[in-house]
Amino acid sequence: MPNSRLPPFDESPPRPEAPRSVYRAHGYIGQSGRVVRPLPAFAADAEALIALYRWILLCRHFDTRAVALQRTGQLGTYAAATGQEAVPVGVAHAMIDADVLIPTYREAIAQVMRGARFDDILRYWGGDERGADYAATPARHDFPPAVPIASQVPHAAGVAFALKHGHRNGAAVCFIGDGGTSKGDFHEGINLAGAWQLPLVVVIVNNQWAISVPRRAQTAAETLAHKALAAGIQGVQVDGNDVVAVREVLDHALRAARTSHAPCVIEALTYRLCDHTTADDASRYRSDAELREARKHDPVARLRTHLQHQGLLDASAERALEADCEATITHAVDAYLATPSRSTASIFEHLYAELPAELVRQQARLAETDHGP
Amino acid sequence: MARKSSGSPRFDDTHTVVEAVNLALARALDDDPQVVVFGEDVGVNGGVFRATLDLQTRFGPTRVLDTPLAEALIAGMAVGMAAQGLRPVAEIQFAGFAYACIDQMLNHAARLRYRTRGRLSCPMVLRTICGGGIHAPEHHSESPEAMFAHIPGLRVVVPSTPARAYGLLLAAIRDPDPVVFLEPTRIYRLFRQAVKDDGTSLPLDTCFVEREGDDLTLVSWGAALVEVRAAAEALAQQGIESTVIDVATLKPLDMATIVDSVGHTGRCLIVHEAPLSGGVGAEIAAQIGEHALLHLLAPVTRVTGHDTPMPLARLEHAYLPSAMRIEQAAHALLRFE
Repeated sequence: MPNSRLPPFDESPPRPEAPRSVYRAHGYIGQSGRVVRPLPAFAADAEALIALYRWILLCRHFDTRAVALQRTGQLGTYAAATGQEAVPVGVAHAMIDADVLIPTYREAIAQVMRGARFDDILRYWGGDERGADYAATPARHDFPPAVPIASQVPHAAGVAFALKHGHRNGAAVCFIGDGGTSKGDFHEGINLAGAWQLPLVVVIVNNQWAISVPRRAQTAAETLAHKALAAGIQGVQVDGNDVVAVREVLDHALRAARTSHAPCVIEALTYRLCDHTTADDASRYRSDAELREARKHDPVARLRTHLQHQGLLDASAERALEADCEATITHAVDAYLATPSRSTASIFEHLYAELPAELVRQQARLAETDHGP
Repeated sequence: MARKSSGSPRFDDTHTVVEAVNLALARALDDDPQVVVFGEDVGVNGGVFRATLDLQTRFGPTRVLDTPLAEALIAGMAVGMAAQGLRPVAEIQFAGFAYACIDQMLNHAARLRYRTRGRLSCPMVLRTICGGGIHAPEHHSESPEAMFAHIPGLRVVVPSTPARAYGLLLAAIRDPDPVVFLEPTRIYRLFRQAVKDDGTSLPLDTCFVEREGDDLTLVSWGAALVEVRAAAEALAQQGIESTVIDVATLKPLDMATIVDSVGHTGRCLIVHEAPLSGGVGAEIAAQIGEHALLHLLAPVTRVTGHDTPMPLARLEHAYLPSAMRIEQAAHALLRFE
C-alpha cells in the first residue's frame, strides 16, 4: 500500500504523539499588575512593553470612539473588543509578515497592527466595502473580518495548506469566539490541521458570552482548549488578560507551526466588558456583580499598573500616551468622515473579474432609475 | 501495489464524459503547478466514479489529496487556498452532499473579491456530480443548480457532452472567479465522443446552439439534453424543425442567444431535471417574457422534474423529463392559438 494517504507532504517530519491533556500556560503579570514569574526575554525590553501598552490603549480608545460614532448615527453596527484587547494585541505582536491573519469581526486592532488603517476599519463598519481593501502588507494578504460564525476556520486550514504547499515560512492564525467552537466548521478545520499537520494556530477568544449564552451553557467540555485533543493537536489555555502571556504562548505556537507544521488551539480566557455589538444590551443577560468582578481583570489597567510599578510609565508619560492615542484616532475618524462616496454603479464592480453581460444590463438599468439616497 | 484501473486505456481519441473530466484535470495539473485536486476518495481510489483516476500517481500526494469526510471543510479550505494563490479543484462526491457547502460558497467564495474590492479573489472550482437516472441511493440524485445559480458572484456550469466537459472544466479551472461545476452522473458513461486533449478550453457564459430549426426553440442543459436531442430528432421526422440550445453556463446566463432564437421561432420549451418551482427554467422564461414577449406565438413552457424529492429508483422514470413528455409539450406549443 503506498503511503500516500498520510501525510500529504513527503517532507513532513514524523507526526508527533497526540497530546493527552491541555497545557495551561504560565501567567507573567498578575491581576494586581505585579510580576508573578520572570518575564520572557521580549518583555524585559521596556520599549516593547510600552509598545504593547500603546496598542492596547489604542484599541480601547478606538472602540470608545467607534461606539460614539455609532450612537451619533455616523457608523453602522459595531462590535467592540473592550475588555479583551490583550488577546488580539498579543497575538498580532507575535506574528511575522509571512503569517496570515484570519480574523472574526472583533479583532480590528490585530488587523491594524498588520497594516490595515483605523479609517479602513471605520469605513468597513460604516458601510463601505473599500474598508476591507487594505493597502499595506502584510494586512493586504490577510482575510477580511468573517461575520458568519466559525466558517473562517476552514479558510484558515486552506491558507495553512497553501503556506505549507508553497514552502512559505508562515502560519495561518485564525480567531474564533467561545460560541464558535460549538460549530462543525471549527471541528472540521482543526481536524484537518491535525490530520495533515498544517501550520494553523486557532485562537479561541473565550470572552465568556456568545451574545447572551454563557460559556457554561455552550458546552460541557472542561475547557474549550480540550476540543483540540479530539483533533489530535495541542490545546493550550492562557490568561487572555495578560498580554505578555498571550504573546509568549503565541510565539511558541507560531514557531512550532512554522518550523514543524504543528497545529495548535489556544484558548485565551478573557471577558467582554462591553455589549456584544452596539445593537446589544448586555444588561439583559448578565449581572452587575459579574461585570464588577470582571473589571478587576481589565487588561488595560493590569498592564498600566505593571508599567507604573516598574517605573516605566509616570503620570506625564501616560498623559502623553493618551494624547497620542486620541490624536491617532481623531485623525482616522477625520479621514473616515472625509471619505468620498462611491458611485452607485460600483455595487456591480469586483463581483466578477469581468462584468458578465447580464450585470452590464442591470448596471445600466440602475443608472437610469437611481435617484440617490 | 497493483491498482485497479477501471478506465482501460484507449488508443483512439474518443472519450466518455467522465474520461473527459479526467483528461481536463490531468491537463490542468500538468499546465499549472498551482492547481490542486482534492476531495473524498479522489486520491488512491481515483474517485468513486474514477473521475480522478491515476491523478495521484501521476502528480503526487501533495497535489491530489484525499480529504477527511467533511464537505463544508472541503469548500471552505478551497476558499483559503484560492485566496493564497492556489487553484483548488474540490470534489464533492454527490450533489446531495454539496448543500453543506452552500454556506461557504454563498457567504465566502462568491463574495471574497466583492467584499475586499478586488484585493483577494477566489479562483476555485467546486466539482460535484448531479442528477438522477442511475438508481443511486437517496440523496445521490439531486439537481441543485438553481440554489447555486441564485448566488451572486458564482458561475454555475453543467456540461452535456464529453467535449464540453473537457473544454468547460478547463475554462472553469482557469477562470479567475469561483465556479460550481455540475457533472451529470447519467451521462458519465452514456456515450463517447471525439475529445482532442490539446488544452483548449471552451467559452463560459455562452450557450451552445446544437441544431437550428424554425418551428420552436428547445432550451436545456446537462443530462436532460439526451432526451431533448431524441425528441428533436423525433419531431424532425414529423417535419417539425427545432433549434436546440445547450445553456451550459447557468449563471451568468447567456440570454442573448436564447432571446435571439425565440425571437425567430416564437415558441420556447425549457427542459430541466431539477424541480419546477424557482428553477433556472423560471428565470429563463421570465427573461424571455421581458425581452421577446411580442415575438411569442405561445406561452413559454417547461418540462421539468416535479416539486417533490427525487424518488427512489423505482419511480425515477416518473420524475425525469422523458423524450415523450418533451415531444408532447412541443406539440402542445405548436397547437397553441
